[in-house]
Order: sequence, then C-alpha cells, then structure tokens
Amino acid sequence: MAALPVSAPAPAPPPARSPTSRPVNRVAGRPAARNRFLAPRSVRGGLLLGPALLLLYWSVLSVNGWLDPRVLPAPWTALDAAIELIRDGQLERHLAVSAGRALAGLALGAVAGVVLALLSGLSELGGYVIDGLVQMKRGVPILALIPFMVLWLGIGEGMKISVIALAVFFPMYIQVHTALRAIDIRYVELAETLRLSHAAFLLRIVLPGALPGLLTGLRFGTTAAWLALVVVEQLNATSGIGYMVTLARDYAQTDVMLVGLVVYALLGFGSDLLVRALERHALRWRRSFGR
Amino acid sequence: MSALETAAQLAAPAVSIRNLRRTFTLKGVLNGVDLDIAPGEFVALLGRSGSGKSTLLRALAGLDYEAVGSGAYQVPERTSVIFQDARLLPWLDILGNVTLGLGRAARDSARATLAEVGLAGREHAWPHELSGGEQQRVALARALVRAPELLLADEPFGALDALTRGRMHDLLRRLSDLHDPAVLLVTHDIDEAITLADRIVMLEDGRIATDIRVDLPAEPEPRAHRTLALRAALLARLGPTPA
Repeated sequence: MAALPVSAPAPAPPPARSPTSRPVNRVAGRPAARNRFLAPRSVRGGLLLGPALLLLYWSVLSVNGWLDPRVLPAPWTALDAAIELIRDGQLERHLAVSAGRALAGLALGAVAGVVLALLSGLSELGGYVIDGLVQMKRGVPILALIPFMVLWLGIGEGMKISVIALAVFFPMYIQVHTALRAIDIRYVELAETLRLSHAAFLLRIVLPGALPGLLTGLRFGTTAAWLALVVVEQLNATSGIGYMVTLARDYAQTDVMLVGLVVYALLGFGSDLLVRALERHALRWRRSFGR
Repeated sequence: MSALETAAQLAAPAVSIRNLRRTFTLKGVLNGVDLDIAPGEFVALLGRSGSGKSTLLRALAGLDYEAVGSGAYQVPERTSVIFQDARLLPWLDILGNVTLGLGRAARDSARATLAEVGLAGREHAWPHELSGGEQQRVALARALVRAPELLLADEPFGALDALTRGRMHDLLRRLSDLHDPAVLLVTHDIDEAITLADRIVMLEDGRIATDIRVDLPAEPEPRAHRTLALRAALLARLGPTPA
C-alpha cells in the first residue's frame, strides 16, 4: 500500500460514479409498504365479493328476460318464495332437521377421525391395522356405500347420520394423520429430556402440533357433511331441506327448489367461515404466509 | 483446585461414565469413554467436528435410542438439556414453555427463573416474538427451573451473534454458580470453553484424550497469560485444521 501524502495541495474531487452502476431509488422515511411475496392482507367481508358479483350477473340476466324463469327464476322470485316458506314455518322446520343431522354426523365423524388418527399415528399396531383399512377405503366413494348402509341400517335417521359421519371421518382422519407424521422430531426429543408424561406429551405436543391438520380436516369435513346431507335427504326423507327440494321438484316449483339450493350454499359458506374463524383463533401463535 | 478435587473424591460424582462405546451413529463414534464429573463442576467438552461430542451428550441425555454400543454411565435423575436451538414450542407462551410438564404449581418459580434470565414481564409473549438470544434464555430458564443436578448443553450459543454470545456466557456462568448443577457443555469454541469451564476435556478418536483444569487466576495479568497458554495448548491438540 502506498504511503499517504502528508500535505496534499488540495482535496481531490470524489471519483465520478461509474456509468454502469445503477442506484436503487428508495424514498427516505418511507419503508416498503409490504413484502412483495406475502399474500394480500385480508379485507373485512372481502369474501362476499364473488357471491355479490354472481348475484348481480343473475339479476341482470333475469331483468332482461334472457333467463327463462322455468329454467332459473329471478333472485327476487326466490326471495318471495323464501319469505313465504318462512311465514308458514316450513323453512325453519326443515332447516332445523337438516342442521341437526349435519351437526350430529359432523361431531361423530370428527371425533372418530381424530381418535383413530391418534391411535394409528401413535401406536405401531394401530398404524398397520387402521391405516391400511383407511387407505383402501379411500378408493371407494362414500356415495357408493349408501346401498349397503341402507341394507345394514335401514332408511331411518341412523343411516342418514352414519353416512354423514363417514363422509366427515375420512378427510378428518387423513389430515390429522398427516399432521401427526409431520410433528418435528426435535419436539419429541424435548419431551424425552423433560420426562413428560404420556398425557402431557399428547396434550402439549401431539395435539397442538396436529392442530393445523385437524382444522383443515374440519373444513373439508364440514363441506363433506353438507354434501352427504343433500344425498341422504333425497332418500326417503320426510323432513329436511333435501326433502323440501325433492317435493318441490315433483310439483315443478323451481322457486322453492332454488330456495333449497341457496340455503345449502349459505350453510356451506357460513360453516366454512365459522371453521376459519376458529382456525384463526386456535392458530394465533403462528406467523404464516397466508395470515 | 485442591478443594475441588477433595470434594470430588468425597462426594459421589454427579456423572460417571465407564468405557462407553457407540458405533453406527450418524455423527461420531465413541470408542471407550471414561469420565467423571463432580457435583457442581463445570466441564467443557471440546473436539473437532465429528469427534463424537454430540454423540456423548446425546447418550447422557438418553436420546441415543437408535445407536448401537456398550458401556455404562450414570447421570442424576434431575438432568436438564439445552439444545443448540432453543426448541420452544411455538404454540405455548413463554411461561407455558418454561413450566412444560411441571403443572401450575411451578408457575411462581418459573416467573422467578425468567426474571433471573432477564425476561421478567415477557411471560405471555409467543416464542416467535423473541430474538434468538432471548429464546435461548427461555431455554435456559426451562432447564434451570427443574433444579437440575446435571445440565447438558449442546453448543447452546452456536447460533448466536458474538455480542449476544458474550452476554449469554456471563449469564450461564452466573446462574450455574447460583444453582450449582454439574454442567457438561459441548462446544467447538476454545475461548468459550476457557471462559466458562472449571475443566476442559477433549475427545479424540472416540476417547477422552485431554483433561485440563482451567484454574484462571483472579488477577487480570496472570489470568491473561494463563488464558493464552491454555488456548495455545488446546489449539495444538485440536490440530492444524480449525474445528
């Protein structure tokens, strides 16, 4: 390295910036508003945008007469029908029956799914016995089982709730089982060194670790429950939304059929919102991409 | 030195390892390790990468269920482990992590221990809200609240920056004097070993090859001399390739 001159005659001008260097412009005092890679922040009620657009489209088609009311009645016709059904108490009655079936099936299927996933994930024998069966069953659609369910359980409420429970069980089991397998081995080591009891291990490490999967399973399971409900309610039912729709079809009441459809959609949408709210609360410890 | 040695001879050792062998492990093999650690003694375990430091520590922690080997060791029932990562459960708050497996009765002593590591008032923060150094202090609190007779630490400061590491050294030294567990600290950092330990042992070819008492004098100048001499000796043993 050259020695520095002791008394320089004049300070040299700063070297000119190389022409190839391109400065990055950042406005001082204004931090980047957000990370470019994060998912967009959610806006309250933003999920309603899609349904609202669909409703608008449907209304426009109906007003212009482009939509034959015999094919699909206008939204306000359906609304009138709904008001009429509520006034004479039919809708509430059918809704209560349907919701009861769905909830009973959901509860049964969810509990069975979690318990069997725990048994299969935490014990070797359970893993061989249960998981093999479940994986085999995955190839058979639930709806293909209905004839057998009718044969075994008859056509009463027991069969209906069992079909719904079965439809909920599989997504629940598969999600929880996958989540269990993904629990970090480091946490298992930690449990070992802290000499956790089996109960504490299950309660503090296994269940919270599998919770994201459990909630995903619950979302899929809820959807599956409504789907199974629609099918079983058209089998020899005497009450429920599905029965109402089947009856309306026999009398060619498209507006009532439409009300049934909208009720199913609202139930599905509403329950998904509910599960998502539950998810946000239960997983608030997590920093994640989706937020 | 003599006081410590007498104490070690009088009391039964906290840790006693006899002819411990571990083969077919992922990291390093042990080829007949013999080691005693007195109650309250702070031992640093040095060695090159792959020398079996972690294998030995994991064996003592009861985490080597997949390893094949022989030999015997004895560790106290109350043994705590600190890992290189803080290993906090993300779904439990700080207090929940410290009292994990201890029940509600331990909450008060957990608060006190959190205060000792300088985290009073953060009991209800989530782990991801803490810096790396703070998370490692929570791990230290989780280890100490169990009143361990033996503290096993596997490069606990390896992932921290130099400044934070220095603060953690002071904290660990202070708290291990206060709680007085026997400590086995696995590290590849010679200076860390000299600063913290009463005694430094080194693994070579799967055996304890070096066993030195640190005995730093209190006066600054002899202390600096002793530190330099120790570092030179240990560096020479570790060989030309830095660990």
